[in-house]
Amino acid sequence: MKPCRWFDPDRGHIRNDQSSIIHKQIITMEKKGLNLTLKIWRQENAQTKGEFKTYRIGNISPDCSFLEMLDQLNEQLVDKIEKPVCFDHDCREGICGMCSLFINGRPHGNDTGITTCQLHMRRFKDGDTIWIEPWRSAAFPVIKDLVVDRSAFDRIIRAGGYVSVNTGGVPDGNAIPVKKKNADLAMDAAACIGCGACVAACKNASAMLFVSAKVSQFALLPQGKLEAKERVSKMVARMDELGFGNCTNTGACEAECPKEIKITNIARMNRQYYISQFA
Amino acid sequence: MSNIFTSSIGKKFWMALVGLFLCVFLVLHMSINLLMLLPDRSYFDTGVYIMSTAPVKVMEIVLFGSIALHMLLGLLLQIQNWLARPVRYAKKHSSETSFFSKYMIWTGGIVFIFFCLHFMDFLFYKYGWFGFEPASIGIQDVVKLDPVTRAMEVDTPANHNFYDIARYVFSSKSYCLVYAGFMVLLSFHLIHAFQSAFQSIGWNHPAYTPIVKWVGYIYSVVIPAGFAIIPLYFFFGGK
Repeated sequence: MKPCRWFDPDRGHIRNDQSSIIHKQIITMEKKGLNLTLKIWRQENAQTKGEFKTYRIGNISPDCSFLEMLDQLNEQLVDKIEKPVCFDHDCREGICGMCSLFINGRPHGNDTGITTCQLHMRRFKDGDTIWIEPWRSAAFPVIKDLVVDRSAFDRIIRAGGYVSVNTGGVPDGNAIPVKKKNADLAMDAAACIGCGACVAACKNASAMLFVSAKVSQFALLPQGKLEAKERVSKMVARMDELGFGNCTNTGACEAECPKEIKITNIARMNRQYYISQFA
Repeated sequence: MSNIFTSSIGKKFWMALVGLFLCVFLVLHMSINLLMLLPDRSYFDTGVYIMSTAPVKVMEIVLFGSIALHMLLGLLLQIQNWLARPVRYAKKHSSETSFFSKYMIWTGGIVFIFFCLHFMDFLFYKYGWFGFEPASIGIQDVVKLDPVTRAMEVDTPANHNFYDIARYVFSSKSYCLVYAGFMVLLSFHLIHAFQSAFQSIGWNHPAYTPIVKWVGYIYSVVIPAGFAIIPLYFFFGGK
């Protein structure tokens, strides 16, 4: 089938889809409610063993978000005096990086450049079975159900992901010249929201994309260059300590990153690291 | 500085450097192999003579070390990768990634098995080390050699040259097919390995990375194909 162009009201711009199936679905499904089977990972706490439980949910609006569908499920569970499914969420507009679900074999579900809260039920068909799992990584232990402890990312940042020099008052905007190209690349890297989808998507549970984005956002700017060597060295050392896997350049992290961070950042971090070790 | 040997990025760095060195070696090896196809044997013999000179012998040790290091680091990194995800996903990953990148440890492992057979057949046999005989002897349909040549080859390994050994081991049709099959897997390994090595050493540029990728694809087809031509040449009756 030929790719189709369609207006995505959620994102406010024209999108190119690889398949026109979704487009047809949107037209044909209209307001018809979806009946779904959910296979959800339930785990009482980090010490207990979890398992998948099956839930059936009906009359889900294709216009609602994935998290709203889970809210409806939880309401049903509460009505039946059952424990609701725990999952992380906060802003629900793709900014905070809290939502973190592995849906049908993909972090944040079957779409590109979105977080779980931006995933809409129109991406599913009536009668679908949806598998919902937490991020799987030794560095992200499950706290409860679908909630994982992502404080490993905070610990990496604490190791050096900051500018520690006293910069004084706010300088004039043009006082420190920055190349437009570098400013753009730094801004792209800084778009990382630390959701952990890169770790979840990587077959090795590697955090290289996250760390490289945080290294790059500083390394590209004059203010960050002063501590560049120390920063990359410490952050990589902490990443290794925390039990993340190694990068094998499969590109899964880039494909699944909701902020579309590029693996060119990983190459930049590698260069920075070699400079820190050899120079 | 010590972290360059122990950190995840450091290990990848050495693995990539060693991998690229092995890629250069493969070009050299294949070039000399292809001299076998020339009607005048003296070209091939000259190539083999150059390979037996002292500097090349030193490089041979570096080569063995490189293979061992590449394999060791690959295994070490892979074990860490497995440990990094103790609980697997129930639903198989469906992220968009390169097919060949997912199976590097397995294609690498198979290539290593091939190396073992290859060393036994050619190098160890040539030098008379460990009393090895070509692995292809175990294959039933092997021995279809010229009686005179065979007597010389089997009885006195010191007199062997690589051409005769090649003619001998590739006299087995099934071995030729197995060898060609190994070359296909080597190709699978190289398709990802070549471009991945550049990424690991920090080479990623919007203008040059697509060129590196295309060079990698061409390299991954041409090199294994160049190696596979030799057994196929003997398979189809080359003398």
